[in-house]
This record gives sequence, structure tokens and C-alpha cells, in this order.
Amino acid sequence: MAGDRFSYRLDSTLETVDNAEQTASRIASETGFGEDEVMQIAMAVREAAVNAVLHGNAYDPDKKVDLEFERTARDLVITIRDQGKGMDLSKIPDPLAPENLLKTSGRGIFLIRSFMDVVEIHPSKTGTEIKLIKHVHGTAEGGKEASQ
Amino acid sequence: MNLKTSTRQVDGVNIVDCSGRITLGEGSVVLRDVVKDLLGKGQKKILLNLGDVNYIDSSGIGELVSAYTTVRNQGGELKLLNLTKKVHDLLQITKLYTVFDVRDDEASAIKSFR
Repeated sequence: MAGDRFSYRLDSTLETVDNAEQTASRIASETGFGEDEVMQIAMAVREAAVNAVLHGNAYDPDKKVDLEFERTARDLVITIRDQGKGMDLSKIPDPLAPENLLKTSGRGIFLIRSFMDVVEIHPSKTGTEIKLIKHVHGTAEGGKEASQ
Repeated sequence: MNLKTSTRQVDGVNIVDCSGRITLGEGSVVLRDVVKDLLGKGQKKILLNLGDVNYIDSSGIGELVSAYTTVRNQGGELKLLNLTKKVHDLLQITKLYTVFDVRDDEASAIKSFR
């Protein structure tokens, strides 16, 4: 990563999902995270990218996905924005509820929250922004979620 | 690497050896097609060997759940064999480890089918 921050814009395609995952994996490795953490960060970014491409932009070729990676002294911060109608947070199911265990979808946000230290989701009428933070060198207890 | 599968039959149990990734897109479709094909042939005892699958995303998890319920709804059984640590951990945190019948020995897994 040139400097401490960079961002880029991608089309609403499955290739974007793979690209985001691979970039996150590379940057997490460069930041010094261990193998398990790298996998967790990459998977969280992949899930967020899936949400942006599928649920946010709905594969609309006119809508883009913005990714931003930032390294600070304490954190790796990854922001993913789509141009959809805005995620309805009240409709995110609890995938661990007995009635949802056998559902075939609805685990993406749960996995993101499981793998990152801080997750902020900001929906608006012009899209959803999700910010994923992983503390460097275990500076937090993990699994905490900021206000949404 | 996208998902690759090969199927063999032992004592009436269809063992699907999987390698690669089960993720949104092709990987999930491959798994779905394999299970659909087996069910279409009346083969309802399915053992998914995931020993060489080291990555599954939420879509892949959903595909496993779909395969499990589809087979079960047709009166069959679908079990999982040889989970890697990453896949094992994913099924643990999603509470699906107790839903699936997970085995780590092929011979005993085959005998466990009714």
C-alpha cells in the first residue's frame, strides 16, 4: 500500500468480490497480522463486498463499489461503500436463532461482526457504508461492535 | 481455486471428494449440481469429504445447508467428512456444527448411514 491510505472504485461484479478479498488479504499480511487474522479480515471484506455488489448495487453496471484501506498506528481500517438503497438494519436476521439455523442466507453480517474488532454500518438513501476495523497487535478484546 | 469434485461409491454411500473453495458463484453452483445430480439418480446417501476445502464463505455455508435440507427432505442423509480447521471453526461459530453430522473417519462414516 502506497502511503497509509488508498482507495479505489470497482464495478458491481463477482470479480469485485474476489478483488476486494485478495487485496484485503495482501494488506493484512503486510500489516503484520497472523495467518488466522488475515483470513478473518479477508473474509469479512469479502462478505461486505458481497453485500455491496449483490444486495446494495444489485449487480447494476451503473453502480460502483468504493473500497478504502487505511493503516493507522493502532488499526487497519477498511471501508466499503455501495450505491444502493441503503441496508435496512432492522431486517438483518439473527442467524443463530433456532428458527434461522437452516436458512441458506443471512450470515454475512454475522461473520463480519465475528471476525472484526469494530464494525460500523451506516445506511443512507444513497447507499450503505460499512467500516471494518481490526486492531493491530491485539489492542482490543475483539468482537466488539461500535454504534451503527 | 474454484471447487472441484469427484464422486465415488462405497457400500452404497456416495462420497463426494471436494477440493478448493465453496464460495459465492461457481463454487456453490458446483456443489449444488453434484447433489442435485446424485438425488436425480436416486442416490440419497451422500458423504461430503471436505478435507481439501479450506475456504467457505457465507454463500458456501448456505449451500451446505441447502444441500443438507434438500437431501433430508427427500428422505436421504447428507454428512460431512474431514473438516479442515477453518471450516470446522466456521461451522462452530454459526452453530451449524451440531446441525450437521460431522465425521472424521471415512470407514465409520460409511457405516453410520442407515
